[in-house]
Amino acid sequence: MAYNSVVLVKQVPDTANIIGKAMTDDGTVNRAALPAIFNPEDLDALEMALRVKDVYGGQVTVLTMGPPRAAEILREALYRGADRVILLTDRKTAGSDTLATSYALACAIQKVGDFDLVFCGRQAIDGDTAQVGPQVAEKLGVPQITYAESIQSLTGDAIVVERAFPLGKETVRCALPCLLTVVGGEVEPRPPSIRRLMANKLAAIPQEVPTLLERWPEFETEEALADHLRERNLNIIVWSGADIGVDYDRVGLSGSPTKVLNVEYVILSGADNKAIEANREGITALINELVEDYTL
Amino acid sequence: MSETREVWVFVEQDNGRIAGVSRELLTKARELADTLDGRVGAVLMGHGIAELAEPVIHQGADVVYLADHPELEVYRTLPYARVASDLVKEHQPYIFLYGATPVGRDLAPRIASAAWAGLTADCTGLQIGDFERRETTYKDLLYQIRPAFGGNIIATIVNPEMHPQMATVRPGVMRLGEPDPARQGEVVVVEPQFTDGDLALEVLERTTREPTCDLQGASIIVAGGSGVGSRENFQLLYDLAEVLGAEVGASRAAVDAGYISQEHQVGQTGVTVRPRLYIACGISGAVQHRAGMDQASKIIAINSDPDAPIFQIAHYKIVGDLNEVIPAMIRALRDSAK
Repeated sequence: MAYNSVVLVKQVPDTANIIGKAMTDDGTVNRAALPAIFNPEDLDALEMALRVKDVYGGQVTVLTMGPPRAAEILREALYRGADRVILLTDRKTAGSDTLATSYALACAIQKVGDFDLVFCGRQAIDGDTAQVGPQVAEKLGVPQITYAESIQSLTGDAIVVERAFPLGKETVRCALPCLLTVVGGEVEPRPPSIRRLMANKLAAIPQEVPTLLERWPEFETEEALADHLRERNLNIIVWSGADIGVDYDRVGLSGSPTKVLNVEYVILSGADNKAIEANREGITALINELVEDYTL
Repeated sequence: MSETREVWVFVEQDNGRIAGVSRELLTKARELADTLDGRVGAVLMGHGIAELAEPVIHQGADVVYLADHPELEVYRTLPYARVASDLVKEHQPYIFLYGATPVGRDLAPRIASAAWAGLTADCTGLQIGDFERRETTYKDLLYQIRPAFGGNIIATIVNPEMHPQMATVRPGVMRLGEPDPARQGEVVVVEPQFTDGDLALEVLERTTREPTCDLQGASIIVAGGSGVGSRENFQLLYDLAEVLGAEVGASRAAVDAGYISQEHQVGQTGVTVRPRLYIACGISGAVQHRAGMDQASKIIAINSDPDAPIFQIAHYKIVGDLNEVIPAMIRALRDSAK
């Protein structure tokens, strides 16, 4: 029996590596200097979906919501093995909080239709909220299995999953369809395949055609390139809110119940620090000082 | 508003033991409810747990909504969400707080989604205040204060219109108040109604283990980052910790690199610590790490990069190779003990 999967992915700023140029002189973050990456645990989610496909067959559809630039991670998903990728992009969804985002994603999944499993990373490294997965599950009216580490079995319409927590494990059996949020660690995501990269390197959204033409001048005109993409099925599917039938009152800033009242940059306080020589004398003096002031 | 506003806490219990974070939240909810002139409500679920209502009241609750049912014996998302969502619909609490534990992080978004309510994850501060927008003033909202963007900004979030105002808070972030055995409260017994769909998932096996480290209770912590270089090299930190009677902590980078288990992670997505002494070894000092340890009374930082951000919050700065500095510290400590 084959199982169809939808994988939810997100392009995120690489917040784990805020060093060097990304840190300004006044101690704040220069967001523009941060590279945009495939959210790490979403790669684990994609890998889990691809393994289901390897064993049982079925289609793996990868879906992201974001600006046009997010097409970058959809190409990466194609290189790694996704059958079909969809970009949900609409200015009116900008500023959506987790609730509005999950509503829009649930509408898009309903448009995809025939799915047995939805996979997403446990959380995204830019917000670390871990909220979108469970909220999408609630909007779809399906059970959720958070902290999923591995699939033990998939038979008929039931899945057995091992969940991993900092202080324990749990094995659960659940009826399909259901949604899994995946924790990394157990399985290494497969690297992009050279063959798939070659086959999909021109995959693009319509907005990217002009830039693509600069890199592939042999197509001469945008129309010729667009025709080529169409023939080879290299058009990344792009949906707007209207395409998936969202109620625009429920998305974007106005559709988000949470509002940002205030944002403060964390400024590194230049504490008075004492430089200790990294030699025997320096370290002995430090230890003695800490013993004398009762720290040790 | 004429009705009394209720500040609710989801009380997490496992085998009859109330989670520490739930007690901390009851303490916080008491403060918030007093500011609002409101009541503290506790949502307590499980099987054979009726006797827990009393300690929950002692910790600050005015009313305990108690659901005691065989299907609630072990935590599962849908039965718990059913009970809590039905209670929210019926009583319309003003605020609803959860511990940011695996259970709280699984349950809270499910309830928020069903109620179309806003939810803020991992708050480090909760206060009552006003919010103005488009010439409307919203009085007495919950300020949900949290680090965002890898800990580089601190954002204050409000949910002006869609209530309850919901937030999760990590263990150890809020102060734990003393229980008051004289406090009286009301117990409202809830009779859960489950659908077949609510029972779509069954737990086949469950194993839990005791924590192997107690970072929150530690007065000295020796922590390592990616600069430690390998799992084997973390032994150096364990050696130093042994001499000091300390616990071993780690940055997210060290955990992600597989040098040490996640249980040891200090920072925004790990635990928040306030030790007497924090020794940061090979930790660059990303804000997300500093958010979990900058309240340490004394910080020693050892790093080979003189420009590492960790030095900006350290009290003692050692620029050097930790493979030489740590053994020198161990020797100096042994000598001082003689």
